[in-house]
Amino acid sequence: MEGKRPTSFYVLGAFFVTFLIFLYGPTITIGILSFQGPQGGLTFPMRGTSLHWFRELFQTQAVGDIWGSFRRSFTLGMMVMVTTVVLSIMGGMAFRRRFAGSTVLFYIIMASLVIPSILVSLGVGLIFSQLGWDVHWATSGYGAQLTWTLPFGLLIMFAVFNRFNPAYEEAARDQGANEWQVFAHIVLPLIAPSLIGVALFGFTLSYDEFARTLLTSGSRNTLPLEIFGMTTNVTTPVLYALGTLTTVFSLSIILVFIVVALWVQRRRARFGSDAGKGMV
Amino acid sequence: MHRFMRSPMAASWALASPVVLILTFFLLLPIGMITALSFWGSTEFSIYPAFQFDNYEYLFGSSVVRAVFIKTFTFAVITWAITLVIGFTVAYFLTFHVRTLTWQVVLFMVCTIPFLTSNIIRMISWVPFLGRNGIANKTLMDLGLTQEPVEWLLFSEFAVILAFVHLYSLFMVVPIFNTMMRIDKSLIEAARDAGASGFQILTNVVIPLTKPGIMIGSIFVVALVMGDFITVRFMSGSQVANVGRLISNDIGLLQYPSAAATAVVLLCTVLIIIAIMLKFVDIRKEL
Repeated sequence: MEGKRPTSFYVLGAFFVTFLIFLYGPTITIGILSFQGPQGGLTFPMRGTSLHWFRELFQTQAVGDIWGSFRRSFTLGMMVMVTTVVLSIMGGMAFRRRFAGSTVLFYIIMASLVIPSILVSLGVGLIFSQLGWDVHWATSGYGAQLTWTLPFGLLIMFAVFNRFNPAYEEAARDQGANEWQVFAHIVLPLIAPSLIGVALFGFTLSYDEFARTLLTSGSRNTLPLEIFGMTTNVTTPVLYALGTLTTVFSLSIILVFIVVALWVQRRRARFGSDAGKGMV
Repeated sequence: MHRFMRSPMAASWALASPVVLILTFFLLLPIGMITALSFWGSTEFSIYPAFQFDNYEYLFGSSVVRAVFIKTFTFAVITWAITLVIGFTVAYFLTFHVRTLTWQVVLFMVCTIPFLTSNIIRMISWVPFLGRNGIANKTLMDLGLTQEPVEWLLFSEFAVILAFVHLYSLFMVVPIFNTMMRIDKSLIEAARDAGASGFQILTNVVIPLTKPGIMIGSIFVVALVMGDFITVRFMSGSQVANVGRLISNDIGLLQYPSAAATAVVLLCTVLIIIAIMLKFVDIRKEL
C-alpha cells in the first residue's frame, strides 16, 4: 500500500478537485452574493456587504408566500420520508422471497424511476380532475412524489437484503422468537444504518422536487415552485438570499442525518457486535 | 397475523401491497389516463372524448416536432458522454487512488451532498457565473481573450448542457463507484504480474468489470435528460425547446390531448432506449 504516488494520482487528483469546484463553486458564489449591499446587483462586484436581502425575506411578503411554502414543503417532506421508510422496509422484506408477480412489480418499480416526471405530474392531475377531486399538495402532490422516492428507497432495501445473512434470524427463531420478534430485534437493528439513508433520500428528494409537484400541488405552492416563480419576477439578490437559506437548511438536515448515523455506528461498536459489517 | 405469515406468498403480497396500491393509483392509472386522453379531440376552446389519431398524425407529420425530438436526443447524448467521462474518472480516483476506506467514504459524501440540495437553486447559481456581466465574461475580457462579452454563455444550449452535467453527473458517479469498489484487487495484481500496462489493465480489466455500473448510471442520466423540461426552460431563457417543454407548453395552453400524445411518444421512446440498455445488464443481480 505504501510507496510513492504515481503521476496518474496527481492528474486524477487535479481532475477530482476541479470537479468539486465545478460542483460547489456556483453555490458558494450565490452564498457570497446574497450578502450584497442594498445597492448591489445580481453579479459581482459586491457593493458593500449587508444582511439587507435576508432582512427583506423576513419582512412582510413583497415576494410571495415564502414561509407558508416552506412549511408546506417541510410537512410534505416529513410525510414522504416516513411513508418511504416504512413502505421500503415492507417492500424489501416482501422481495426476499419470489412471489407471483414479483418480477412484474420489480419492473414497474424500475419504470417509476425512469418515467419522465412531467408525465406523472400531468397524469395524476388528470386522474384527480376526472374523479372530481381537488389537487392538493398533501394528497395528489404527496402521491406523485412517492412515485419517485419509493423506488429509490426500495432499490436501497433490495441491495441491503441481497447481502443480508439470514443466519441471525434462524438463530433467533431456533431460540423461540416469533416472526415479529425476529423482525423487531434482529432485522430492524441490522438494517438501521441503511434506513437512515432511505430517510435522508425520502426527505430531500421530496423537499426539492419540482416537476412532480408542478401540476399536483393545487393553489398553494411548495418551496421549489415558489422559488421558481420568483425567478421570473424577482431580479434582486433576495433570490440568492433565499437560495442560500434553503441550501443551508438542506445542509443542516444532511448534517443531522450524518450525526445520527455516526451515533448508531458508535452505539453498535460499544455493544461489541460485528453484526451488519459490510452493509454500509 | 401469525398464521397468515406462515404462508410465505401471502405474507410477501401483504407486505408489498401498499407499494402496489400507490404505484397503481399514482403511476399506472395516470399513464393509462394520459394514453386514453391522447386519442381525444380538441378545439381551440375545449376537449372532447373520442378515439382518433389526429394528435399522433400531427406529431409524426410536423417537422418542428421532429427537430425538437432530435434536439432532445442530442442533449441526452452529449450529457451522457460528458457525465460518463466525469463519473468514471471520479469513481476511478476514489476507488484506486484514495487509500483508506474512511477517506473514500468522506470524499464520496462530499460528491453526494450537492445532489441533496435544490436543483432550482443550483440552476439559479449559474447566473452570476454565466451572465453578460458575470464572472466568466469578466475573466475572458481581463485576459484579453475577447473584447465584447460573450453572449452565448447564459440562456443558450451551452448553458443547458452545462446545467445537465452539473445536476446529473452524480447519477453516474454513484453506480460506477459502487461497482468499481467491488472489483477484486487481486485481479489487477494478476494482470500486472502477467505484464499488462496500466492502459491495458484499464481497458481489459477495469472497464469490463465496471460495465454494470456504467449502464445503471447511463439509464439514470438518459431518462432524466430526456424527461426534463425545467432545466431547458430556465437555462435557455425559454429559447430552446425539448420534448418536455413541448408537453408543458401544451398543458399551459390547456391542449391536453396534444400534450398527452406527445407524452406517450416520449414515454415509449424513453422505455425503448432503457429496454435496449437493460439488455446489457441484469439489474436485479447488480443490486
